[in-house]
Amino acid sequence: MINRIIYILTITVMLSACGTSNVKEDADVVEGGVSSSASQSSDTGNTTSFGTNSDSRSGLSLLDDPASPLSVRILYFDYDSSDILPAYREVLEAHANYLVQNPTITISLEGHADERGSREYNLALGEKRSQSAKQRMLVFGPGSSQIRSTSYGEERPVVDGHDDESWSQNRRVEILY
Amino acid sequence: MIKSFYVFLSLLVVSTNAAAVLDITITQGMEEALPIAIVPFDWQGPPENRPLDMQVTIANDLSRSGHFRTMPSDDMPQTPSQFNQINFADWRLLGMENIVIGTVRNQPNGVFDVEFRLINIYSGTQIAGFRIPAKRDQLRRTAHRISDIIFEKLTGIRGAFDTRIAYITVKKVINGSNQHTLQIADADGFNPKILLESSEPLMSPAWSPDGTKIAYVSFENKNSAIYIQDILTGNRARVANNSGINSAPAWSPDGTRLAMTLSKEGDPEIFILHLPSRNLLRITNNRAIDTEPTWSPDGSSLLFTSDRGGAPQIYQVTSTGGNARRLTFEGSYNTRARFSPDGQSISMVHRSGGQDRVAVMDIMRKEITILTNSRLDESPSFSPNGSMIIYATTRPGGSELAAVSADGRVHQRLGLQDGDVREPEWGPFPPQ
Repeated sequence: MINRIIYILTITVMLSACGTSNVKEDADVVEGGVSSSASQSSDTGNTTSFGTNSDSRSGLSLLDDPASPLSVRILYFDYDSSDILPAYREVLEAHANYLVQNPTITISLEGHADERGSREYNLALGEKRSQSAKQRMLVFGPGSSQIRSTSYGEERPVVDGHDDESWSQNRRVEILY
Repeated sequence: MIKSFYVFLSLLVVSTNAAAVLDITITQGMEEALPIAIVPFDWQGPPENRPLDMQVTIANDLSRSGHFRTMPSDDMPQTPSQFNQINFADWRLLGMENIVIGTVRNQPNGVFDVEFRLINIYSGTQIAGFRIPAKRDQLRRTAHRISDIIFEKLTGIRGAFDTRIAYITVKKVINGSNQHTLQIADADGFNPKILLESSEPLMSPAWSPDGTKIAYVSFENKNSAIYIQDILTGNRARVANNSGINSAPAWSPDGTRLAMTLSKEGDPEIFILHLPSRNLLRITNNRAIDTEPTWSPDGSSLLFTSDRGGAPQIYQVTSTGGNARRLTFEGSYNTRARFSPDGQSISMVHRSGGQDRVAVMDIMRKEITILTNSRLDESPSFSPNGSMIIYATTRPGGSELAAVSADGRVHQRLGLQDGDVREPEWGPFPPQ
């Protein structure tokens, strides 16, 4: 434990150098050493817990109705584009309305890209995709804090192939309840 | 606790070195490669105590550079270790221009004295000769330093064999999830060390200019965040963890600032974080994607990728902000620029005929030269002497590292290990 404090102090000194103590909130210090899983970190800061199906909120069954547009949880995109395709307008409206009716529920929009092009550009492209889905949903009135948008770029493909068919399935935004 | 874990990990990695066998294949060399013979270094002790076959490491270094053609030891007419033992006529007969001879001597204090001489056969003179004391675990590095000296003496270019690379590996584990690691290794793939393991993606390793730290992106908290980790101690600090993406860290040449991409204000934009003060300076302001910043060698400007013109292209902006200038016009898709160490050219991923290739562009002449010929090449990174570019390429079943000389004449593959190996980043020269 003392070791740990020393390490943290070392990092703090290293990063704030020469006695400057103007450390902003977004620049926090974490445990040193090597971490082998995400769950080890204790100061996750802004991590939100999302609504899960573990409780029995009224209306959740709607989400499971295959006939409802709410059953669509993945939006696909054209190559190098973050435009919402017309086919998904109704889907996003339905999810937005569902959030309006269930103001305690939060969702996560996860943007993804295919493997072509650079990883960092694709991370930004995934971010643009999840943000454009979020913006479209906000028009219908859910609280902004109900929708978290994030991006994994090309780091989490659903299909591993290196062809058009695989790529079209990897260019997506996942709606996660 | 943390320290002991790190040590344990290092030992673990060292013990698995045999599995992570180096497999460098020269797929295309230079026709005018210089012939050179690296004669086995003389060792007086018992054969089983020979600490390292220095000549093997040196010969591998030189031949994979593409500049040299090394003679197999079976073809050598003699194996001299001293200048006065060399039979010049024999070597001349074989057309050999240069030979390297040397000795490894065991000193009582556990130190080895490595002595080598580079000799020109035609003039019959010594071009270089050094004695380097080294402990057992420093011998491989000593061999790389010898390669550096030979390379510089004979080509006029500073050698970059005594350098390291960082990279990301991804392996599928049994339950269907992935194991991601951030690793560093010697430039020839030996001595791999795991700096970080995670079940969530890791991205974008970036060496600090002094080679002591690596900045990278980790998704361990279910969103991208930027960390800086000390290589020796394993200590790390999170330096950017905003909503949206926190990515593409790039060190300023003086090591005091970190350029990065943040989307906390909406669109992905370039920022510069001053590390001592934590002041954040916004560089770009545009509704398009702006990302992948990289510094010019003098620190005065940044290159970055933006799709503000409709498709991703490379732009340049001064490191205090202001108007950006588009640099690339040839090709529909140019990303991930890096300056060559002399600042005269940039490397990038260039799409040509639907294929992503590594290309370089001369900044003054705006001429793009495509260096590779596979489908999905990415993440090019210059060696610190500017002579090679390491990059990631796809192969059946995954991705691996490859390197190409900056003039496109020498190609090599580096089969580091199984699983995906990606995002290689060549580290700086060691301090002199």
